[in-house]
Amino acid sequence: MSAAILEVRDLVKQYPATTAVAGVSFSVPEGTCFGLLGPNGAGKTTTIEIMEGILPPTSGQVLYRGEPQGPRFKEEAGILFQKTALQDFLTVRQSIALFRGLYAHGLTVDEVISLCALEKLADRDSRKLSGGQQQRLLLAIALVNDPAVLFLDEPTTGLDPQARRSFWELVQSIKARRKTIILTTHYMDEAELLCDEIAIMDRGRLIAMGPPRRLLHEHFAEVMLELPRQDFTPAARALNLTVIEAAERIEISTHDLEGTLRALMAAQVPLAHLRIRPPNLEDLFLELTGSELRP
Amino acid sequence: MIQRLLAILHARNLEFLRDRGTLLFTTLLPLLVVVGMGFVFGGPERPLFKVGVVTSRIDRNADAFLRERYVEFVPEQDETTGLAKLSHQQIDLLLSLSSPVRYWVNTDSPKGYVAERLLLAAHQDAQRQTVTGKAVRYVDWLFPGILGMNMMFSCLFGVGYVVVRYRKSGFLKRLHATPLTAFEFLSAQVLSRLLLILFVTFVLYAGISLIIGFHNAGNPLLLILIAVLAALSMVALGLTIAARFSSEELVGGLLNLLTWPMMLLSGIWFSLEGSPRWVQWIAHIFPLTHALDAARAVMLDGAGLTAIAPHLLYLAVTALAFLAFGAWSFRWRID
Repeated sequence: MSAAILEVRDLVKQYPATTAVAGVSFSVPEGTCFGLLGPNGAGKTTTIEIMEGILPPTSGQVLYRGEPQGPRFKEEAGILFQKTALQDFLTVRQSIALFRGLYAHGLTVDEVISLCALEKLADRDSRKLSGGQQQRLLLAIALVNDPAVLFLDEPTTGLDPQARRSFWELVQSIKARRKTIILTTHYMDEAELLCDEIAIMDRGRLIAMGPPRRLLHEHFAEVMLELPRQDFTPAARALNLTVIEAAERIEISTHDLEGTLRALMAAQVPLAHLRIRPPNLEDLFLELTGSELRP
Repeated sequence: MIQRLLAILHARNLEFLRDRGTLLFTTLLPLLVVVGMGFVFGGPERPLFKVGVVTSRIDRNADAFLRERYVEFVPEQDETTGLAKLSHQQIDLLLSLSSPVRYWVNTDSPKGYVAERLLLAAHQDAQRQTVTGKAVRYVDWLFPGILGMNMMFSCLFGVGYVVVRYRKSGFLKRLHATPLTAFEFLSAQVLSRLLLILFVTFVLYAGISLIIGFHNAGNPLLLILIAVLAALSMVALGLTIAARFSSEELVGGLLNLLTWPMMLLSGIWFSLEGSPRWVQWIAHIFPLTHALDAARAVMLDGAGLTAIAPHLLYLAVTALAFLAFGAWSFRWRID
């Protein structure tokens, strides 16, 4: 594995009323896509904003290429915030040119425009873009300095499925250029598709970290069985099964498919709506963070 | 650094020029002021009735003449300043009571004639000297004040609200993630506003000059220098207010808190001469007071660079100090 480009050490962020980040440490190898996962309010955005150098930590530190973040980091980092307003009355091209003017080195405005497929929108007022187009423009702005490390904070939240897919394709093409990407998301399919390594956060702490496949393997047996909640009889509840309760359905994780099916039939569970599938990150997420409503 | 500053400057200028409503308002308002002034000051002027006394303090009991009713006595530090005012008919008579009693009268001034009769009633043996010179009309005196007031509002509110809007929308936070420094950002804002203000002030100057038939007695280049330094100082003052807050209401209130004392005490509408010393002392904290003193000295008396140098120095120093304070206390994001 290549050397860490970013290292987070014992990060704590304390606000008067809450502790947003309660001692988090991890490192991000160069050239990987690192996913920070967690429910809303887990501390993902606070962590990534401290890593971006725009929020000071209460204690702990972030090292970029082994040194505290300095002017070099700002020149080499590309950032896409969860919410960003651009300057009014500028076109897509002018918005990109504005940010390009703030860096010493980088791609040309035209290169960035073609990289993010913005050619047809280049002369449009940046306020008149759809959600997906807006995110592509913000990604283009994050890429103007040809960054070594790219931060994406919930980049596809609020986008329609098609816009999400096209955004993922863009991120994959950036990954292919061997850029390091730090991504926060609460979409598990997004993390599964894009991330080489993930860290799951909850209530300001890291609760699991590693490559997605390894984490799944560590936490789950081979297959998942899914049943509608109303079909899961009290008799079935009495069985000794590993159960995850989601809103409408019950999920059972097992390495003995036949044995489990026999036990369910014996408990008179109707199997007409049964689904069998391999476990995914969403199962892992629910297992680790729980599915109950948060205050 | 220059590259980053120019990038922000260019984008801000584009934004301003495309914001048609604001652009129209910024240029139309001063033009309305011009038209209004032409309307109000179209008629004949009435000069003020005043007697200047060469003394540091007026003691009404020191002389019978000083007890005259309906005459305003103002102290003059020395003969030179008194005579300058007399020649502009800002005072109608200049008096020196140290014996022998001497007085100067402007032979072009009808009021001076009346004041002279009153004086001779008390001091038949007073020595007479004369000066000549046309009256400075109130409108001529007010003219620099109107330019300065327009400049003050544009400086303080123009940049103040823009920066707060940028902060609220999160645009400043995004800029913070780039190598841009607070000083570079603020300098770009100052320069952008400076260009606009110089343009508007020039239009206003030309417009009012045409309407009221004003003649500038001094060097126009000095006026430009005063305008540049005054605008820099007041824009930077606006930025100190906008540096950290994210509520438009709060910033609006604070800016009002600054502009109202300046409106009243900087000598836009009336001269502070004769007002208590502490009022004058406070007035001279404001950059606008220095700008107007310097502009009037040039426009009405034809003063040169050395005469207004202290005012220019004050404006330059405050501009730098405000900008430095603004950059130091600057917040990129909502706390």
